[in-house]
Amino acid sequence: MSATAHYTSTGLDNRKIAVWAFIGSECMLFVSLISTYLIYKGRSVVGPYPHEPWTNPANGEKLPAILNIPITSASTFVLLMSSLAMVMALAAVQNKNVPKHTRGDRIIGSSKLWLWMTALLGTIFLGFQAYEFTSFVHEGLTIRTNLFGSSFFTLTGFHGAHVTAGVLWLLTLLAIDYRRGLGPKDALNVDIAALYWHFVDVIWIVIFTLVYLIQ
Amino acid sequence: MDTHSTPAQAPHADGSHADDAHAGHDHPTWKTYVKVGVILTLITIAEVWAYYIPSFVASRAFVPSLLIMSAVKFVTVVMFYMHLKYDHKIFRVLFVGPVLIASLTLISLMFLFGHLGIRL
Repeated sequence: MSATAHYTSTGLDNRKIAVWAFIGSECMLFVSLISTYLIYKGRSVVGPYPHEPWTNPANGEKLPAILNIPITSASTFVLLMSSLAMVMALAAVQNKNVPKHTRGDRIIGSSKLWLWMTALLGTIFLGFQAYEFTSFVHEGLTIRTNLFGSSFFTLTGFHGAHVTAGVLWLLTLLAIDYRRGLGPKDALNVDIAALYWHFVDVIWIVIFTLVYLIQ
Repeated sequence: MDTHSTPAQAPHADGSHADDAHAGHDHPTWKTYVKVGVILTLITIAEVWAYYIPSFVASRAFVPSLLIMSAVKFVTVVMFYMHLKYDHKIFRVLFVGPVLIASLTLISLMFLFGHLGIRL
């Protein structure tokens, strides 16, 4: 791809400048969604509520707070580890031409392994999210139930869509790696995908604290 | 700063030319990445731990400490995994600028809708 790269007057590749500008604009998008969630927090007229027990008006049953912190903590850990795998994949691509003498070197230097790991961990995160959404719907919380449901599903749904796009992006990189192999000349392409993936991770770091942990 | 290099020159992973002037921005090794991963995990454990201590949740320190831990994780990922610490200043401006604007917008909205207040 370097043969088709376009450089700006700064000497930097315009694709990397563009992806950082894109990430900056995505920050604005997610802050608007997070702001909406926080503004509506505590203003739902009917349950379920995120952190407080509630009574089901249909049968008078008393139910616990709906957010499942252990499950979400596990999914947060999975996404953090996917970022680690992604950065290992980038390092493997950058150092593809460095001789690997030991088995450990070959494992650390395997871009396919780390790309697979990142995509797998991203998919596991999406599985956790699908489980969470399904259980919420079964417990009576949909996007139409109350202000919490509307803002929660919109925020986490948007994030999940970004993770899905990231997984698809990783799979395309894997397909290229299997077809012709990714090497140092592809490092910028992998770096751009990695930046997007880490951005998705940092947004979840914020969501996890503001939505799930702060009561 | 190189302003007239040809595309045939090998680019760095940070998107700059091989003869770019901002030398000294070597990316960390995999050991550093693993250490950062361990730190992020430990902070996450501390966050969840704090959530399950009722006396701490009820205290005034709960929200600020969670926000600080979250901010530390955010900055750590951005600096080390996104390489902002080692990359060109322009990338830092492109990211930090919108983040600052977004943060100020968030804080302003919290004041506007009464979630934050200043007692005079």
